[in-house]
Amino acid sequence: MTTTTASAQPGERTDGRSSPGTARGPRRRPGRIRRIGLPYLLLLPALLLELLVHLVPMVLGIAMSFKELTQFSLRDWTAAPWNGLDNFTLSVDFDAPVGEALLHSFLITCAFTVLSVGLCWLIGTAAAICMQDAFRGRGLLRALFLVPYALPVYAAVITWAFMFQHDNGLVNHVLHDQLGLTDKPSFWLIGDNSFVALLVVSVWKGWPFAFLIVMAGLQNIPKELYEAAALDGAGVRQQIRRITLPSLRPVNQVLVLVLFLWTFNDFNTPFVLFGKAAPEAADLISVHIYQSSFVTWNFGTGSAMSVLLLLFLLLVTGAYLFLTSRATRASRATGAPRTRRNTSERKTADG
Amino acid sequence: MRSIRAAAVGAVVLSLALAATACGGGSSSGGGSNDSPKELTYWASNQGAGVEVDKKVLQPELDKFEKETGIKVKLEVVPWSDLLNRILTATTSGQGPDVLNIGNTWSASLQATGALLPWDAQNFEKIGGKDRFVASALGSTGAQGQDPAAVPLYSMAYALYYNKRMFADAGVTEPPATWDELVEVGKRISKDGKWGLGAEGSNPSNNIHQVFVLAKQHGADFFTADGKPDFTSDGAVAAVKQYVDLMARDKVVAPGNAEYAQNQSLSDFAKGRTAMVLWQTASATFASMGMKDDEWGVAPAPVPSGTPGAGRATNSMVAGINMAVFKNTDNLDGATEFVKFMTSDAEQRILNKAYGSIPPVKGAQSDPAFHTRGTSVLRETLATSAAALPQVPDESQFETAVGTAVKELFADAANGREVTTGSVAEKLAKAQQQMPHK
Repeated sequence: MTTTTASAQPGERTDGRSSPGTARGPRRRPGRIRRIGLPYLLLLPALLLELLVHLVPMVLGIAMSFKELTQFSLRDWTAAPWNGLDNFTLSVDFDAPVGEALLHSFLITCAFTVLSVGLCWLIGTAAAICMQDAFRGRGLLRALFLVPYALPVYAAVITWAFMFQHDNGLVNHVLHDQLGLTDKPSFWLIGDNSFVALLVVSVWKGWPFAFLIVMAGLQNIPKELYEAAALDGAGVRQQIRRITLPSLRPVNQVLVLVLFLWTFNDFNTPFVLFGKAAPEAADLISVHIYQSSFVTWNFGTGSAMSVLLLLFLLLVTGAYLFLTSRATRASRATGAPRTRRNTSERKTADG
Repeated sequence: MRSIRAAAVGAVVLSLALAATACGGGSSSGGGSNDSPKELTYWASNQGAGVEVDKKVLQPELDKFEKETGIKVKLEVVPWSDLLNRILTATTSGQGPDVLNIGNTWSASLQATGALLPWDAQNFEKIGGKDRFVASALGSTGAQGQDPAAVPLYSMAYALYYNKRMFADAGVTEPPATWDELVEVGKRISKDGKWGLGAEGSNPSNNIHQVFVLAKQHGADFFTADGKPDFTSDGAVAAVKQYVDLMARDKVVAPGNAEYAQNQSLSDFAKGRTAMVLWQTASATFASMGMKDDEWGVAPAPVPSGTPGAGRATNSMVAGINMAVFKNTDNLDGATEFVKFMTSDAEQRILNKAYGSIPPVKGAQSDPAFHTRGTSVLRETLATSAAALPQVPDESQFETAVGTAVKELFADAANGREVTTGSVAEKLAKAQQQMPHK
């Protein structure tokens, strides 16, 4: 953007010279406006498309959440009757069935998200650290690890659905037929086990992303730090705890937030795995909202639930960013002088 | 500089144009016109073994229609899993087909949206009159007392299909006619990895079709006379329990069927793993799965006692496909013409023969193809002992709510949890609370 503004200055001058005869004073101001305005003008297409693609549907969704939008008013939804906060009170009345089901789904989603993000991060980080030192076949393994991330979601999840089948599924074949770990074949796609099945697929799908990001973050840690630590007698575990993890902190902050938002909002995985009616044990909120709007044709209530979800995610994201940025500032405040002292100490030692 | 400015202006104009076209696309409240008389878009439902099969069946007929009228029909076969959502989206945006197939049980629900052309006397006259259609099929085209929202296209009914070899091996000579007999036969067959009856436990619509008939046999309905949900009556609870008990108590349905939703029970049947299925017009599907016509038999679906008939002797829903016209079509005359073509005696014979269904048009029923072993049972069932699912606006919500409740009960049964009258009543009460409140 700055280059464009800079290049606009000589352009203005040429322009002024090429059209003589006009008064000097008034010409200057439009010229300046144009000069300042150009960056905004260039941003305008992106802004408009952003409005169109993201904000307009969001605003419409919020508007719908205050309407009684059922099959009777669907055809011309702008004319649907307003019903104030009814959709919201229905959604958060946890003593009534609709609210109770939403709360249940919300809690399931929270548990699912915490477990999935935690496992994704743990496996991704562990794998990235293991892959840090060069060894024969590292490139191949890295590529292999990224396969779940690169596969199309639908194809991958449908394959999992096949593997989780009760009668002919691979999972039961291995767990029951070959290893004999269960008394009888288990159901993975219905009943309580569906939560485990969903978690497995979600972690399988999500950890390569954590792996990729952490691997990139690791490249930025100076080798000297490890060498210095090794000289000071730090073992691998201490190196990971005192160098790797603190250095990855900014990367992790973003990674965990992104994983959280993706997992909490994940629709494809449960929908492809379980279809339109998810089992109670794996009733994630995105599918629940889908069902509340599309299956019962009550789009007002569905919109209200979406708005509540939006507010919750905004709140969590805001709080997360506030807390982590404060923590970063605090650690920088205490950490900076120490590093300086260390380097000065080392210098004197070297000297 | 000039080029930069030109680029900027170009970009702004482009984005404004994009925004304008994207916003101005839908005109949902249009009333229908004849602006493009030479073209039609048609959404067909998936009737054959796969979408490709449907294209092969329908395309020659559409070509014939084009030759006769000069109207080109653009065909899209929409899978069942997407059809209702696609229709809803088209209703909201106004960007839909001109003509479409709907599941006949959705008629009243879709009628309530006001998006479909009502078939009043005048419109019916254009396609040869209402009397051409069979009464039972007309009973499933919309709410009572209103002009139908659609016209019957294919009729289907449930029947009991059985594997002759498996029956012979178990020493069963006659197909069961009552539920007690079915359970007895099923128990005899269910051993050594073979099972008596197949079910699609995770398919809400199929669950609904089965428990609806059982409820009729228990003298119950899922809706009161004035259209209010009534899922927890004794009869309804008993019906749902009886269906799930085929797996839970009688153990004639394999537990694995609890997660079936993609017609796996039919492939089990074709492979000789289960001896019976309750299905609508399955003959074409069996053939596509490599089962020869003489390997299976067909009998009326079971009743509590006696012979199938009305009331408590109901043994099937009126299943079928209706054809509807979107009210805001830009080729109203062409759309009506196309419906007339598809419901003509000649086309009805060709299409229903291809799909193994029964023509809802009287004039086409006399064809010998609909008097074979497989089709006679379906035709008679439709004529004497089939009942239409409730024609109320909330029907599609009922299908999902109660169908899902039955799915959850099957999951309980499959996992070895006890299914009691109490647990069934609880699930149905929950389903009823999910229904829209007015």
